[in-house]
Amino acid sequence: MLRLPELDFLSPSTIEEALQMLADDPSGTRVLAGGTDLVPNLKRRHQHARRLVSLGRLASLRGVSGDPAHGLRVGAMTTLRSILKNEVLEQHWPGLIAAVRSISSPVLQSMGTIGGNLCLDTRCTYYNQTEEWRSAIGYCMKEAGDTCWVAPSSSRCWAIAASDAAPLLCAIGARVRLASTRGERELAVEALLCDDGIAYLSKAPDEVLTDVLLPPAGTWKATYWKLRRRGSIDFPVLGVGTALRVGKNGVVEDVRIFLGAVASAPVRALAAESILQGHILDETTLVSAGKAAQEVATALDNTDFTMTWRRQMIPHYVAGTLRELADLPRVGLLGADGLEC
Amino acid sequence: MAEVKKPGALIGTPFRRVDAVGKVTGRTLYADDLVFPRSVHMRLLRSNVPHAEIVSIDVSAARALEGVVGVLTGRDMPEPFGILPVSQDEHALCLDKVRFVGDPVAAVAALSEEVADAACKLIKVEYRALATIAGYDDAIDPDKDLIHAYGDDRNFHKKLSMRFGDLDAGFARADLVLEDTVFFEGNTHLPMEMHACTAVPEGDGRVAVHSSTQTPHYLHKALTKVLGIPASWIRVIATTNGGGFGGKTDPFNHEITAAKMALALGRPVRIALSREEVFMCHRGRHPTLMRIKTGFKKDGSIVAQHLKTLLDGGAYGSYGVASTYYTGALQCVTYKIPTYQFDGARVWTNKPPCGPKRGHGTPQPRFAQEIHLDKAALRLGLDPAEMRLQQLQPAGAVTANWLKIGSMGLGPCINAVVEGSRWKERRGKLGFGRGLGIACSSYLSGAGLPIYWNHMPHSGVQLKLDRSGGVAVFCGETECGQGSDSVLAACVADVLGIELSDIRLCVADTDLTPVDLGSYSSRVTLMMGNAALQAAERAKELISGPVAQELGVPAGRLVFADRRVFDSENPACGRSFAEAVVIAESKLGTLGTTGSYTPPRAPGRFRGAGVGPSPAYSYSACIVEVVVDPGTGLVHVPDVWIAHDVGRALNPVLTRGQVEGGIYMGLGEALMEESAFRRLPKKLSNALVHKFPNMLEYKSPTFLEMPRIHTTIVEDPDPNGPYGAKEVGQGPMLPVMPAVANAIFDAVGVRVDQVPIQPWMILKALAEKERGGAGRFGPAEFPAVDYGAALHVPTPEEGGDGKARNADEVGIKGGTMTETRKEIR
Repeated sequence: MLRLPELDFLSPSTIEEALQMLADDPSGTRVLAGGTDLVPNLKRRHQHARRLVSLGRLASLRGVSGDPAHGLRVGAMTTLRSILKNEVLEQHWPGLIAAVRSISSPVLQSMGTIGGNLCLDTRCTYYNQTEEWRSAIGYCMKEAGDTCWVAPSSSRCWAIAASDAAPLLCAIGARVRLASTRGERELAVEALLCDDGIAYLSKAPDEVLTDVLLPPAGTWKATYWKLRRRGSIDFPVLGVGTALRVGKNGVVEDVRIFLGAVASAPVRALAAESILQGHILDETTLVSAGKAAQEVATALDNTDFTMTWRRQMIPHYVAGTLRELADLPRVGLLGADGLEC
Repeated sequence: MAEVKKPGALIGTPFRRVDAVGKVTGRTLYADDLVFPRSVHMRLLRSNVPHAEIVSIDVSAARALEGVVGVLTGRDMPEPFGILPVSQDEHALCLDKVRFVGDPVAAVAALSEEVADAACKLIKVEYRALATIAGYDDAIDPDKDLIHAYGDDRNFHKKLSMRFGDLDAGFARADLVLEDTVFFEGNTHLPMEMHACTAVPEGDGRVAVHSSTQTPHYLHKALTKVLGIPASWIRVIATTNGGGFGGKTDPFNHEITAAKMALALGRPVRIALSREEVFMCHRGRHPTLMRIKTGFKKDGSIVAQHLKTLLDGGAYGSYGVASTYYTGALQCVTYKIPTYQFDGARVWTNKPPCGPKRGHGTPQPRFAQEIHLDKAALRLGLDPAEMRLQQLQPAGAVTANWLKIGSMGLGPCINAVVEGSRWKERRGKLGFGRGLGIACSSYLSGAGLPIYWNHMPHSGVQLKLDRSGGVAVFCGETECGQGSDSVLAACVADVLGIELSDIRLCVADTDLTPVDLGSYSSRVTLMMGNAALQAAERAKELISGPVAQELGVPAGRLVFADRRVFDSENPACGRSFAEAVVIAESKLGTLGTTGSYTPPRAPGRFRGAGVGPSPAYSYSACIVEVVVDPGTGLVHVPDVWIAHDVGRALNPVLTRGQVEGGIYMGLGEALMEESAFRRLPKKLSNALVHKFPNMLEYKSPTFLEMPRIHTTIVEDPDPNGPYGAKEVGQGPMLPVMPAVANAIFDAVGVRVDQVPIQPWMILKALAEKERGGAGRFGPAEFPAVDYGAALHVPTPEEGGDGKARNADEVGIKGGTMTETRKEIR
């Protein structure tokens, strides 16, 4: 059986205590939220820690609060399962519910947290492997090696962003609050996530993600479509988070489209957005927007399916989100949870 | 034909499995649950290079680590082993070379698993790299390094060619000759339980090995050979397997090493493999490239078939010689094929060894044959279901390759699925994107020959009866989830007219139980069942005499039912079963009986005739409905209709369970499962690794992917089966893959001639069709392989005697099972 390395497990009862523990040894300490990503990563020895600081006892980091009209605050330690059960979120941001529902499986949703999903380590089939496996390829750039085997001549790591919540939160313009002994700061989710397989978070090692801040929904509508092999368990091989605001005349007033799992961070499909902006959302415009979205993706051979096919799927999934938001009939068999009949 | 035994009160009813409560409540102890005092933990250091000579191994730092109690390397166990007598090519720990990433090099026993792991990392192994043989191309390349020093021709482990009847004349009569090149990707068993084992030294040089194995008897033999101690000093106890599917039918290096370590240390040694290590043990489906050519008459009848197969065997022999034969063995048991040639070859590559996975060697050619027939039906303007119905082998036939068929219920199976799916009204009429496909199959109910040549029974059952009224049943059979314990108990209870709760089972223990060869080749129900019936009938006879005397009625009038023994003409006149046993025990002394089973001799007398014969063949027909999204190529399976001729369902619920499990596994192989490998850029690295040896990235269907399954059990009792029963563990999986492929064609008009069928393959085929092409995705060509001169065997129809005409002319290459027979004689 794969076992955890020896480490110190710290369980602070206040956020201040937690921040101090991180400040004491930022490089050797990791924050433990639900553990559904970190624990297997530690077992496989591609993430390391001398100490884990568990946020499990910090009640202040759990739950949804605030006034929907002015924006909601979701504590970073709120489990995915409690988000799915939250009626206020369901009413105001059903798109977030769609994204969260697509994460892994019900069992992991009851452990996994929203903050954890945002800070999910980037993934790659050359990297998410045991120590023994990785020694057989001479390791890779992201951990203990020099080469990115996905693109051996490249100087960067191409591991992919695998969070389902991130593309949706980027699309709706959500922000996060980070805290450390140095103080607090707020930034857009988009700014939290960096397109680099190794340095994929702008969060400093001594910072804790404490809150996810949702803007008021107003007339925005959002949804998330996920491509994966099976109806559950799997990480996305493509995720599309789309937020849309349509005027009374049917004209698109505002649109934001983010693609997940095609780069090391969610990628904004600006070209697709500009095709839609100011136009009536009909079948023709949304199909051209879908095609335009394909241009920003750099799908590589480091997850399930072939890279060419994953890239080919982008127009279908982008168009799918737009049809759903515009209440247009579905085309083909695609649904938010994959195939439906 | 012999009369088929009629069931009593239990057989044929949905009785509860004898192991159900234990499994559902978590009380069942699997290998990893066993705890023995003073146990130490063992881990294996495995090779991280695909192909290399071992220059040196330095274990000094590992030995010096606190908590380490023992270290072994290959030199400690130099005797080779392997499941087949002709392929003794494995070492418990590699001796002088490693052949794949995962090959074990050293073993460490320590007071904790963590320390054993840490010590493994301290072992320094110096390798001298050899060329990486990644697949067919490398293996066929005559300039590449050799993986083994034996075999038929460089990196060809096995080559064979056999021709049954006048093939040329057959093809000359054909109105249509079709040729297809087809590929079946490798995949693995994925049992929920990972292999685990504890070896317990018993003093006096004896050792007991508790292991999750499907074949305790064969493990016993391998342990005897490698440990070099008398067989009677070694006890193998197969713990209940949490799934096997063929993945636990080889003797494994970790089992032998644990036994050696336990003997060396005088302490129990336990090892539990990680999921990744289970992928390294493998023995899964052989990736198989096939070329199939068939001659048809206008009415759809087959006049000749020539099949070539090329198997990627991985690094060791395993069951490979048998697997190779199996890729050609069962082509003729479903439809009449009067002339047939089969050329098979297996190459070695630097990957985990392939072996027997559910269907063992037959799903690949079955896939090729069934998609091939679909194409033929289309070309001939025939209904694919009707065409198959017209070509069925009759019951009792002997095929062109000398297999004797018993009962044959494929016709009713086809009719059942055709009716259930409303095939005639719906096929081809569901609109673009939705379709139906049909395929059929057959499988062995146990291999006719054992793995090593001998004249002894394949299964033995022993009964002990005493005054308690309870019956203890001893048998070497191994429960791997399929329900063999329940079949054993039910057969005995049914004959003796007692309840399942009156039976105490003692199974799969080489010290205590008569030999049963193991849970492989779908043999247990038929062979163990027959042995159990014989033992139980003998017990009945034993009890009947004294009881008849006591009651004053003729023994022939006694009935065993409702836990009583009574006069059939006067049911009130009788005794309870327990009283009856007391009467018999008082008169005869201690009571016990045995029963055993040996399969009938097969008619084939040529080299290679040992693979394929079986006491009975099961039959399945399957219709799959698919929905294909032409935009993305994604496939959804809403419904599957399956009918399986099981001869007699000893328990209809367990039978259905096996059918549904087969569908699940078949859909996985059809649409997603693949043992894929990473070959790093050759200029930069020799590395060749399993692409995703874990259950997250190796994709297998979940509950959510399961279709509605409409099962029909067809019961065409076979005279050789207990109560007429045939197998159900493997057969129902076989038609699923080709039925999916055929349904996809019906849905969107393109052919994918390989599995797993991936969405991009469908898109490519659709795009090709749009450009005016054939609308096909699949392998382009079959490599030039010299299979050698064919063995010529006249068919029964031609008046043959089962022998080859040219046995003396065709040079023997490598080993076959029949050759071994000669050697051992």
